[in-house]
Amino acid sequence: MIDFALLFDYSEEYMEGLRNTLYASLIALAGSFMLGTIVAVLRMTPVRPLRWLGRAYVEFFRNIPLLLVVYIFFLGLPALGIILSGFVSGTIGLTVYTSAYIAEAIRAGIMAVPAGQSEAARSSGLTYIQTMRHVVLPQAIKIVVPPISNQFLNLVKNSSILGVVSGFDLMYYADIVNSETYQTVNALFMAALLYLLLTIPLSYATRLLEKRLARTG
Amino acid sequence: MKQRQGKPFTGILLVCMLLVLSACGGGNSSGGSGGEGTVTGGAGEAESGIIAKIKERGKLVAGVKYDTKLFGLKDPGTGVVEGFDVDMAKALAKKLIGDETKLELKEVTSKTRMPMLNNGEIDLIIATMTITEDRKKEVDFSDVYFKAGQSLLVKKGSPIRSIDDVTADTKVLGVKGATSIKNIEEKVDGLRVQQYENYQEAFTALRAGQGEVLTTDNAILFGMSQQDPNYEVVGGTFTDEPYGIAVKKGETGLVEAVNELLKEMKDSGEYAKQYEKWMGEAPPAE
Amino acid sequence: MDFIGAYSPDNLSFLMEGLGMTLRLALLAIALSFIFGCLIGAIRYARVPVLSQVLGAIVGTIRNLPLLLLIFFARFGLPELGLPITPFWSAILALTVFEAAMISELVRSGLQSVEKGLVEAARASGLSYMQTLWHIVLPIGLRRMVPPIVSQFISLLKDTSLVVIVSLAELMHNAKIIMADFDFVFPILILVASIYFLVNYTLSQVARRLETPQH
Repeated sequence: MIDFALLFDYSEEYMEGLRNTLYASLIALAGSFMLGTIVAVLRMTPVRPLRWLGRAYVEFFRNIPLLLVVYIFFLGLPALGIILSGFVSGTIGLTVYTSAYIAEAIRAGIMAVPAGQSEAARSSGLTYIQTMRHVVLPQAIKIVVPPISNQFLNLVKNSSILGVVSGFDLMYYADIVNSETYQTVNALFMAALLYLLLTIPLSYATRLLEKRLARTG
Repeated sequence: MKQRQGKPFTGILLVCMLLVLSACGGGNSSGGSGGEGTVTGGAGEAESGIIAKIKERGKLVAGVKYDTKLFGLKDPGTGVVEGFDVDMAKALAKKLIGDETKLELKEVTSKTRMPMLNNGEIDLIIATMTITEDRKKEVDFSDVYFKAGQSLLVKKGSPIRSIDDVTADTKVLGVKGATSIKNIEEKVDGLRVQQYENYQEAFTALRAGQGEVLTTDNAILFGMSQQDPNYEVVGGTFTDEPYGIAVKKGETGLVEAVNELLKEMKDSGEYAKQYEKWMGEAPPAE
Repeated sequence: MDFIGAYSPDNLSFLMEGLGMTLRLALLAIALSFIFGCLIGAIRYARVPVLSQVLGAIVGTIRNLPLLLLIFFARFGLPELGLPITPFWSAILALTVFEAAMISELVRSGLQSVEKGLVEAARASGLSYMQTLWHIVLPIGLRRMVPPIVSQFISLLKDTSLVVIVSLAELMHNAKIIMADFDFVFPILILVASIYFLVNYTLSQVARRLETPQH
C-alpha cells in the first residue's frame, strides 16, 4: 500500500514543498521572536496605553484561529488595496499569530525575575529600557527557552496552513499529488515523513535544551 | 483536605462525560439537516445492484458542487442548491425512484469527488466532471451530458485576451484536482498554476488580485462573470471538456439508467429546456 | 465593501448555524481528548510496561505532525484503507487524536510535578499504587495542569476551523460561502474574528475564575 515510488515520481514537488515549508518556518521563527519580544516589553511598560495595546494584541491573536489570521492578510488586505501572495500572507499570518504566544512566554519569564533586581538596577541609574535590556531580559530568556522552543515546533506544524492559500508548501504539494494520483494515503504518508524529518530533530533538541537548562538551573 | 482536592478532578471528568453524551445526541439529530455527518447506506457494502440499494433506501445520493454558479450553487440565505447539475440529479431521482424530491445532495469539490464516490458516500457524481482516459481507470462515466471547453477569465481591460497571451510568468489560478490545470501547464511551458480548494475560493483569490487569470471550463467561468460583471471570459475555448456523470467502477446498471435518461430527455426536448434555463441559449447541435 | 449587505439576517443566521457545528465539534472533541489524554498521560506516568512505550511512540509521532494532515487523512485516507467514516466523525477523530496527544503530555508532566515525598508518604500509610495515583497524584497534578489544559482547549476550538478543508459546514465554511460576494469579504472576516474571539475569551475568563478561588 505504501509505495515509496511516489516520493521519487513527485520528488520535485515534494522537495519544493519541503523547501518552502522550511523557508516559511525560518522566516516566521525569526519574525515572531522579534515581534514577540517587543510585544512582551509593551505589555510591561509603565506607560498605560502601550500596556493596553500589548494586551489587546496578545488577546486578539490568541483567541482567533490561525486560518482566520491568514485570511485577513490573504483576502482582507486586498479589500483595502494591499495584495500579498499566498506564501507571503501565510508567513506573515504565522509570524503574527505565533508572536502573541511568544510574547506571553517572555512576559512570564520576565515576571519570574525578582522585582528587587530591576528596582536595584533602576536606582543605580539605569533607564527602564537599559534595565530591561541588560538585567531582566537576559535572565528571562533563559527561563523561557523551553516554552518558546515548543512554540517553534508548533510553528513548523502550523506552517501547513500555507497549503490552504496556495503557498506552495509541503501540505499544498501533498494535496496536489493526491489530486493527481488519487492515492490519498500514499501522498499524505510521504508528506508526513518529510514533516517528521523537520519536527523530530526539533523536538529532540527542545528536550535536550530543557534538560540542560534544568541542570544548570 | 484529601476529599476537597479530589473534587475538581472528578467534577471535570463528569462534565466531560456529560458533554460527550449531549454532543453525541446533538450530532445525530442535527447532522441530517446540514447534509453532513449522516451515514448514507453502508459504505463498502456489496458492489452489485446499486440501483436496488437506491430504491430500497428510498433516495438518491448525488455529489454536486455547492460553489459553482449555473451548475451547483448554494444560496446562504435559503440553503437551497441550484443549477444544471442539480436539475440533472432531480431528473435522475425521478426516473429511479419516481419522485424528484427523493434526493440527497452532498457537497463535493474537484478534489473530493473521486474519493467520496469510491468510499460509497455518494451514488454518483454530477459535478462538472470532464470525461478523461485517466479518470476512466478509476470510475465509469455516462454519455456526455454537457460540452464545455477550457477558457480564461480575466478582469475587464486585462491585456490577456487569449491563451497565446499567457506566459510562464502569468499568475494563473485554478482548482485542485481539475483537468484544466494539466491542460494549461502543458500548453504553456514552465507555467505554475496556483491551485485552490474550490472554484469559489479561486474566484475570490482572483478578485483579491492574487492572480491575473482564472482558468477552467467556459461554462463555469460564464457563471462567475455573471456573479461579478467586472470579469469576462476571453479567447474562446482551447480544449474540449465533455462532462459525464460518474459512478463507481462496475456499476453498469446505473450507467445504463443514466444514459437512458439522457436519451429520453433529449428526445422529449426536456434537455434543451433545462439547458436554456441555465445557459441562456439553446444547446449546440449534435 | 458592504457592511449592511454582509450582515443581513440570512447571512447572520447562516453563520450561527456554522457556529453551532463548530461548538458541537469542539465540545465533543474537548471531552473525548480530555478523557483519552488523562488515560494516556496516567499510563505513561505509571510506566505501564510495553503499553507505555507504545503510547509514547504514537504520541511522539502525532505531536510532530500538522493537524491539517491528520484531518485530511481521517477524512480521505481511512476510507481508502477500507475504514468507512462519516465526515463529522472523521473530524472528531482527527481533532481528538491530535489534542489527546497534546493533553497526555500536559497530564504526564503535571503528574510528574507532584512531589515524590507525598507519594511515598501515601504508600507508607497503606494506600495501594492505584489508590495513591487516583486519590493523591491525579487530583494534585491535574489542578496544576488546569491553566495549560484550558489553553489547549482554546487551541482545539480554534483548530476546528481547519476542518474547512473537508467541507464540513462549520463557522469558517459558512463564512467562506458568504464571502463568495467579494464586497462581503472584509466585513465577514471582522465578524467571524469577533465571534471566535468572544467564545474563546469567555472560555479563558471562565477558566481563570475557576482557578482563582483555590488556595
